[in-house]
Amino acid sequence: MDWSKFFSMGGYGFYVWGSYLVALVVLGGEVLLVLKRKRSLRHAQVRSKED
Amino acid sequence: MNWYKYASPAAFYPLAGKMVPWFAIPAAILFALGLYIGFFVAPTDFQQGDAYRIMFIHVPAAWMGMFLYVLMAFYAGIGWAFNARLSSMMASSLAITGALFTLLSLVTGSLWGKPTWGTWWVWDARMTSTLILLFLYVGFISLQAAIDDPRRADRAGAVLAIVGVINVPIIYFSVQWWNTLHQGATIRILNKPTVAPPMLAAMLILLAACWLYSVAVVLIRLRCIILEREQNAVWLAEGAA
Repeated sequence: MDWSKFFSMGGYGFYVWGSYLVALVVLGGEVLLVLKRKRSLRHAQVRSKED
Repeated sequence: MNWYKYASPAAFYPLAGKMVPWFAIPAAILFALGLYIGFFVAPTDFQQGDAYRIMFIHVPAAWMGMFLYVLMAFYAGIGWAFNARLSSMMASSLAITGALFTLLSLVTGSLWGKPTWGTWWVWDARMTSTLILLFLYVGFISLQAAIDDPRRADRAGAVLAIVGVINVPIIYFSVQWWNTLHQGATIRILNKPTVAPPMLAAMLILLAACWLYSVAVVLIRLRCIILEREQNAVWLAEGAA
């Protein structure tokens, strides 16, 4: 398999990989943010129980 | 089994937690499989070259943007009509994921439009109505954020969401109703699909992946919303998790 040909996507590499990079950032970012929100709520819950 | 039981946030909270891995893990597997078929099995398109591979993420993102909007309006409407707060919380949770998929469809569409049409953006019917869909989501989210009383925010959001549903068939049929740069539907229910089988397979597998992903992330966010809204409730203080 010719990897440089694969990455160039017939000259459309910027657009094709750009699309999938944006998808990764948007969906990956959503997962990270929602897990962070969940964690901070857990901490708040634990704190309020200790009070 | 009494299903009405799960209309209460207290009963649904642990159930939602148990459901998440059943959607998240298949989502990850199908994302990998769909991308593999899309990049290593599906052949280069004779008209568009490899630029068409954007379709595998663009079409599922656009479908999810529309589908999640209808689902959001449905849950918001149920929450309003039957005073079911869990249903309204579900609508709030769906809004973020739906907005992100709509944004993703616009950005990937733009990245596809530039090499194939020679422009990042045109004000044609499908793109303009999809942009309106994004604004409806953003309107719903910011309207809810602007109202302090959660139940009033739910009702206001429900009105906006339900009125906005009219935009979804406009998006869907825009390519038939108006002359447009945008190509017609890739899949038609009554006709044979217009793409080769591996291309279709990659797209449908990624659609399934996006759907499973949405269920998982919406359930996690729903659990967060339940915790935030019901923080003074007795069942949480008792340590049910």
